[in-house]
Amino acid sequence: MNQANLKHDPYNLIITGVGGQGNVLASRMVGDMLSRLGFDITIGETFGASQRGGSVMSHLRISQKGSYSPQIPMGRAHMIVSLEPAETLRVLRAYGNRQVKVITNMRPVRSISVISGEQTYPAPETIMGWIRDFSESAWFLDTTETAVRLGNPIFGNVMLVGALARTGELPLDRDTFEAVVRSRMPASKVPVNMEAFDAGGAMIEDGRARITNPFYRDLMQACGQIG
Amino acid sequence: MSIITGNQNKAERPLMMGNEAIARGALEAGVKVVAAYPGTPSSEIPKTLGDVADEMGLYVEWSTNEKVSLEVAAAAAYSGLRALCTMKQVGVNVASDFLLHLAEYGSRTGLVLVTCEDPGSLSSTNEGDSRPYSKMMEFPLIEPGDIQEAKDMTRWAFELSETVRNVVMLRSVTRMSHASGNVTVGDLPETDVKADFQCNGEFFDQMTGPVMTLPSTAPAQRLRQHEGLAKAIACFEESPFNTYTGPDRPGLLIITSSAATFYCREAIAILGIEERVGLLKLGTTWPLPPRLIEKHLATADRVLIVEEGTPFLEDNLKALFADRIETVGPTRFHGRADKTIPSVDELNPDIVMAALAGLLNLPIDHSTADYRQRISAALEGNVPDRAMTFCPGCPHRASFWLLHEALKLDNRRGFISGDIGCYTLGVADCGFRAVKTVAAMGSGVGMASGFGKLRRFGLEQPVIAVCGDSTFFHAAMPGLVNAIHNQADMIMVILDNAGTAMTGFQPHPGIPVGADGKPLPALDIPTICQAMGARVEIADPFQFDAARKTIAELMDDGGGVRVLVLRQACALSPARKGKKEWTVSVDPDKCLGEACGCNRLCTRVFKCPGLIWDPKQKEMRIDEFVCVGCGVCAQVCPQNAIRVEKVVNS
Repeated sequence: MNQANLKHDPYNLIITGVGGQGNVLASRMVGDMLSRLGFDITIGETFGASQRGGSVMSHLRISQKGSYSPQIPMGRAHMIVSLEPAETLRVLRAYGNRQVKVITNMRPVRSISVISGEQTYPAPETIMGWIRDFSESAWFLDTTETAVRLGNPIFGNVMLVGALARTGELPLDRDTFEAVVRSRMPASKVPVNMEAFDAGGAMIEDGRARITNPFYRDLMQACGQIG
Repeated sequence: MSIITGNQNKAERPLMMGNEAIARGALEAGVKVVAAYPGTPSSEIPKTLGDVADEMGLYVEWSTNEKVSLEVAAAAAYSGLRALCTMKQVGVNVASDFLLHLAEYGSRTGLVLVTCEDPGSLSSTNEGDSRPYSKMMEFPLIEPGDIQEAKDMTRWAFELSETVRNVVMLRSVTRMSHASGNVTVGDLPETDVKADFQCNGEFFDQMTGPVMTLPSTAPAQRLRQHEGLAKAIACFEESPFNTYTGPDRPGLLIITSSAATFYCREAIAILGIEERVGLLKLGTTWPLPPRLIEKHLATADRVLIVEEGTPFLEDNLKALFADRIETVGPTRFHGRADKTIPSVDELNPDIVMAALAGLLNLPIDHSTADYRQRISAALEGNVPDRAMTFCPGCPHRASFWLLHEALKLDNRRGFISGDIGCYTLGVADCGFRAVKTVAAMGSGVGMASGFGKLRRFGLEQPVIAVCGDSTFFHAAMPGLVNAIHNQADMIMVILDNAGTAMTGFQPHPGIPVGADGKPLPALDIPTICQAMGARVEIADPFQFDAARKTIAELMDDGGGVRVLVLRQACALSPARKGKKEWTVSVDPDKCLGEACGCNRLCTRVFKCPGLIWDPKQKEMRIDEFVCVGCGVCAQVCPQNAIRVEKVVNS
């Protein structure tokens, strides 16, 4: 069991979204992948009374030293992976910090306060602006459209796992993902999941998605942290 | 091979949810009978075991309610089989009637009651703490402090139960049951035990005599119970589940249990106070082991108690301290009593950090304060709330629409006495705030039975009770019997969505299938109500015209109990999932938005999450990814602007 070094220990990953988006499954998949590589994983999930459309959040603590609290302390996330843009903001506000990185699907799921007109949903450019301002780097993805092309918007969660893997932030590789999918799903579902995983990765790789906050980029270049 | 039943390589340490770990621990202990009523956060334990019932030779049942489930489990434990009963905190109150008798008589074989509690009411209508039952009814209580212990302590609980010859309560909380972590598994035993209920022995012989608690036997049985508690204390003094980390003489001693252990460890590490603070983690929390506690209290002048729920541990520690003050010396206790820890809501690492920083005068970390301030200012009022609502296509939204409409038309300020289930959300906007009382399971009809007798005192309001199909069997039947017998004037509406939807769609006695997926006879709710003597009508909440007519008729039929079964499967039921009955679209020529005079009834009042109000175009649209195609919004629109087209081959 070969352990790569983590950038932080514990590494605090939050996967968020709304009920019905497959967020819990995504966090289990990532947890299973890292567990197979020998890391100690603790996952805390908030679900239960979160009906379809309600906020759902998973906290993953990844470590080489032992198990951590299933709740990440405020302001201490290293990476936020989000299936829904307003949820990204909600999580960023509670768990964000200057060094946090963000991967977010940009398709909104409107809450009933928005549907009824009591509140307005911020424009995508506004949301992207806030995320850029309050993260070290951010990737904006439209997974929903691609997922629908693969046959079901639910594959958005797998695409985000693929995207997370491609960032290189955590030692997540394609083979481990395939092993996890094979252990969880019938063989017939493996190809479409691999396709979704690869599609998510491609969104990171082709560079279109990545928008690094210039302020933090300059700051970090000055510190010699990135080339 | 599933992680639950695998005898895998010990080094593999599979990732398990706390509830899966508890299930695995029970299998390692050789459990044979599992009985439960679903309740978040406990439901995954029997679900996990039900899925492997065949493979492992278990009997697993979803019982009618928690009291019955404990009775079923006890029957097994009296017949030589190890038995597990699981429930959430509110269920323990239901089971408590039998539990008192069980605790006095005791058990013959390992009998473990798992209570999964919900500090912070994340998915509950209260923040109850069942631990005082262990003290009040005098049986041992244990609380695992991480996922590995959830497995190990469950396994051990069965042995402990046989040592003390009584039920053992294992208490989990949401952050234990629904957290996941790596677990080193143990071996699964090869068991081949035969059930045999011995009941012809001497009257007081716990192992072979009749099982009963009687007025004259109680004192002797309680003495026997106390002997068991003494044995428990002896085990607890040496238990490896009580651990201490920290310096020999800490400036501050933290005593904690359960999921709070995680928060204490994390707070100590982040604050870097490992050299100053000691951490005594108790896995055995009732009865407390006095020698162990005395030894640790003697090392510190100040103690901080960190626990989820009521100050149960805190009070018991103080009582023990009062007895030993001379050997322990002066000690100052901090916790919920002096508000070092807030008296309500669930804990987290930040709360423990704040408590420690306050007690030890540590500087507060200001490094992130600027970030927090700026992001809060930027986002203030800009992130839309996500209030709980019924799922898209939920039959409850349609049912409450119809009931609310009927009560409004009636104009006598009628109200709904609600109950526990997804439909408790009838108190909120998504249920048009029609539900005005919510208490325990079955209390909707019980209270309606009371309201329905107040006509002679001038109550003129129509009284409607709602309950779900699972709640009907669980606790509503006696209330309905009461209402019919006493001729209360009320309508009982049973929202039958074909399963215990809120907790993950477990079957109940009205469903023709059991916990292991095999066929069982289903009990028909309308037939039962008819046999009880009520007028019974059945309607489909998705068929507005017919349902409206039925409701109006029942409201006109004054006096006595009328039952309406509103029957439509849950949008998330396995039968319906992912299948659209209708393709829904908006006719832009007919939908005039705010101009049509309906004042946006569909999105402003009906508020199904599958609808989108576009404020720029001033028109309504359907969110095709969210809409499940129930077609109800088409019946809500007064302009007939929403079109439905039957999906072929759905």
